[in-house]
Amino acid sequence: MLRFALRRLALVVPTFIGVTLIAFALIHFIPGDPVENLSGERGMDPARRARLLHEFGLDRPLPVQYADYVGHVLRGDLGASLTTHQPVLDEFLALFPATLELAFFAMVFAVVLGLPAGMLAAQKRNTLADYAVMGASLAGYSMPIFWWALLLILTFSVQLGWTPVSGRIAVEYDVPVVTGFMLVDTLRAGDFAAFRSAVSHLVLPAIVLGTIPLAVIARMTRSSMLEVLREDYIRAARAKGLSVMAVTIVHALRNALIPVITVIGLQVGLLLSGAILTETIFSWPGIGNWLIHGVQSRDYPVVQGGILLVAALVIGVNLVVDLLYGIVNPRIRHG
Amino acid sequence: MRITNVVSRTSLACAVALAAFAAAPAALAKGTLVYCSEGSPEGFQPQFFSTGTTFDAVSVPMFNRLVQFDTGTTDVVPALATSWTVSPDSKAYTFKLRKGVKFHSNAQFRPTRDMNADDVVFSWSRMADDANPFHRMTAGQTFAYFDDMGMKNIVDKVEKVDDYTVRYTLKRAEAPFLADMAMDFASILSKEYFDAMQKKGTPNAADVFPIGTGPFEFVSYQKDATIRYKAFDAYWGGRPKIDNLVFSITRDATTRYAKLKTGECHVMAFPKPADLAEMQKDPAIDVLRKEGLNIGYIAFNVEKKPFDQKLVRQALNMAVDKEAILKAVYQGQGQVAKNPIPPILWSYNDAIKDYPYDPAKAKAMLAQAGYPNGFETELWYLPVTRPYNPDGKRMAELVQADWEKIGVKAKLITYEWAEYRKRSKTGEQSAMMFGWSGDNGDPDNFFVPLLGCEAVKGGGNVARWCDKRFEDLVVKAAQTPDKAARAKLYGEAQVIFKEEAPWITIAHSVRFDPIRREVRGYKMDATAHHYFTHVDIVK
Repeated sequence: MLRFALRRLALVVPTFIGVTLIAFALIHFIPGDPVENLSGERGMDPARRARLLHEFGLDRPLPVQYADYVGHVLRGDLGASLTTHQPVLDEFLALFPATLELAFFAMVFAVVLGLPAGMLAAQKRNTLADYAVMGASLAGYSMPIFWWALLLILTFSVQLGWTPVSGRIAVEYDVPVVTGFMLVDTLRAGDFAAFRSAVSHLVLPAIVLGTIPLAVIARMTRSSMLEVLREDYIRAARAKGLSVMAVTIVHALRNALIPVITVIGLQVGLLLSGAILTETIFSWPGIGNWLIHGVQSRDYPVVQGGILLVAALVIGVNLVVDLLYGIVNPRIRHG
Repeated sequence: MRITNVVSRTSLACAVALAAFAAAPAALAKGTLVYCSEGSPEGFQPQFFSTGTTFDAVSVPMFNRLVQFDTGTTDVVPALATSWTVSPDSKAYTFKLRKGVKFHSNAQFRPTRDMNADDVVFSWSRMADDANPFHRMTAGQTFAYFDDMGMKNIVDKVEKVDDYTVRYTLKRAEAPFLADMAMDFASILSKEYFDAMQKKGTPNAADVFPIGTGPFEFVSYQKDATIRYKAFDAYWGGRPKIDNLVFSITRDATTRYAKLKTGECHVMAFPKPADLAEMQKDPAIDVLRKEGLNIGYIAFNVEKKPFDQKLVRQALNMAVDKEAILKAVYQGQGQVAKNPIPPILWSYNDAIKDYPYDPAKAKAMLAQAGYPNGFETELWYLPVTRPYNPDGKRMAELVQADWEKIGVKAKLITYEWAEYRKRSKTGEQSAMMFGWSGDNGDPDNFFVPLLGCEAVKGGGNVARWCDKRFEDLVVKAAQTPDKAARAKLYGEAQVIFKEEAPWITIAHSVRFDPIRREVRGYKMDATAHHYFTHVDIVK
């Protein structure tokens, strides 16, 4: 087991180097630079431009800048934002709970609706219900996020007035930030009206962000269930006279869930990338919104640090999953 | 239980949960005005940054300058200074300060004295004096506007004459100086606050938690979400009518519009031109309009052939149907430009005749210049929407079609916005689209950064046009204290500009601020800031 764990850990090193290199290269290959961004239509005195490039360390060759960046990262220093001058790590930590909260509820939405929908489609194979679920999930999967979000805002917020348009909480609630999770903070403050406002603000963004995972989970559950339902032990269970419910939940679902859970795990990365668009439309103050603005303003440390931290999270989660697989299923360790 | 039951129960539970929470947003507390702003401020210090977004969130609500622009105009009126005198050689400005001006307070700091000359001298010396302990505290931090305006070359020293008198001595006579003093970077900070924070060992705190003399006090900031302010009871100009001001940061213009519609905000920044028609039909929304302090133009690089010939530049001017551009690109919301400054700016020379749209004459002039069959060139167009040009590509296509009629084949080219500006400063362009929004209401603020000889070096003069007669006039105007005499000089400079035709002046656009009907007393600002000092909400 130790060798297995070390092997998996060793794989993290090249992945980490790859991620830092890609993040560094991508942002530097985008035309323009942070100093140019400061000047706007107004010209900039060449001497001042040179001074700023020097202060930001951008006048050095790229490999030197990269080596310097990696050196700082290894010491735990992700640098400071070129626009706000605040440490990147502080900004990330302040905004990440918002993204996590949104992603969590998007996933809850996707799982709570996706699993039963997939089960229904499998049970009612080739019926209207099956076609409806599969048709809807195909539509959900192919839906452009931006368009879908605007459609929901126009319908539920502007026309019906059921949900707020954007933000995390109505402006009249000034809840002290303790954990950064709005639902937790409002409850801690004992302000139920604020909690209710926070929940209502979560509805549309969670639906938008959860739509694609919902479609994927529904389809995966359906196909996995169909496979399991054909197994002999299901036939045996039915022959024993068990109810459809018992057969489906106790015997079929548990076995069908294994690939579904793997798919759910894979959706985590997707949720974080989907959050970029969703947060922009819903003015959700999370890391997606922050990264987009970082790219627009060529804030190199923000983009590099943000990508690195997100990647580190995904790598970390994958590592834990890999190790858990190893513990649960010894065959993987020797594979 | 059947599987269909499970599904319907789950759906029902979700619907009930949704209904329980997804109620209409609660009504806003009375006296709270919500402004849907377009982005987050870069910080809460008025001297470090140079974007309008930051000014709106920092220097406008929380700080004051010695003088200010009368909202809606570019007239300079007293603010923290009640009066000023200028020495006969126009090199010394002596300001008499207002008495009884209070600074805000916060959990870390409670002022013990009123604003006085020490604060004014400190605020300037912090930017100008490298030896000031607060001059450089953070890597990469710059006094962007102070540097860009070349203030170090203009102001020699700032002295305290007495507690309520301050003298600025200039290195040369500089008539726009007073307008410069009304700009955001010239905000007055509390020296006592900075000293107190330094004593506590947290000097940076003074730049993070702002203390000013403005109409609103800082309450809190949740990054990328909201900025909260409350009315400053002791504001020298009289307490604002609203109790609370909230900036709801909403980057997407469509979302801002949706929030304005639902009443989640009262005023929104920067509407999308495409939404204006619908907004104007909405009975709950007033769409205010104001002539923009701006210019959209096409510049010819006069250092490159064939644009080094005046005749060619004039011919291409004549070939462009500006009225058609105004209709198609600006949707009629603006006016055709004939001068490099807009008509709302003093010294605008209305006697100047624009080049008429006359393709036949243009073709003849090209032939006279040695291009009877026209020529091939490049036309760079804006990759982004700017206040002075809503659709660069569409404009480029129209100009391309117009030029084609006289035999000039223009290849349309663009780059990503930052790259576009970067390349324009190297002189790589032949003809390019650009523009400018004025920031202090002084004509100098258009002529020098856009057409001055120094600006060729800095890159702001994208036509790279340096005309000695023009330069002499604008330099002389800047050194002339009398406004009428200055206006005359700028008027003459505009004649030279028109004759030499380094640009095709296309249009001055109109700006719009959509507000909800219950908002009273909101005035659009000439320099595109958003002021809420005198605003009220009536239900």
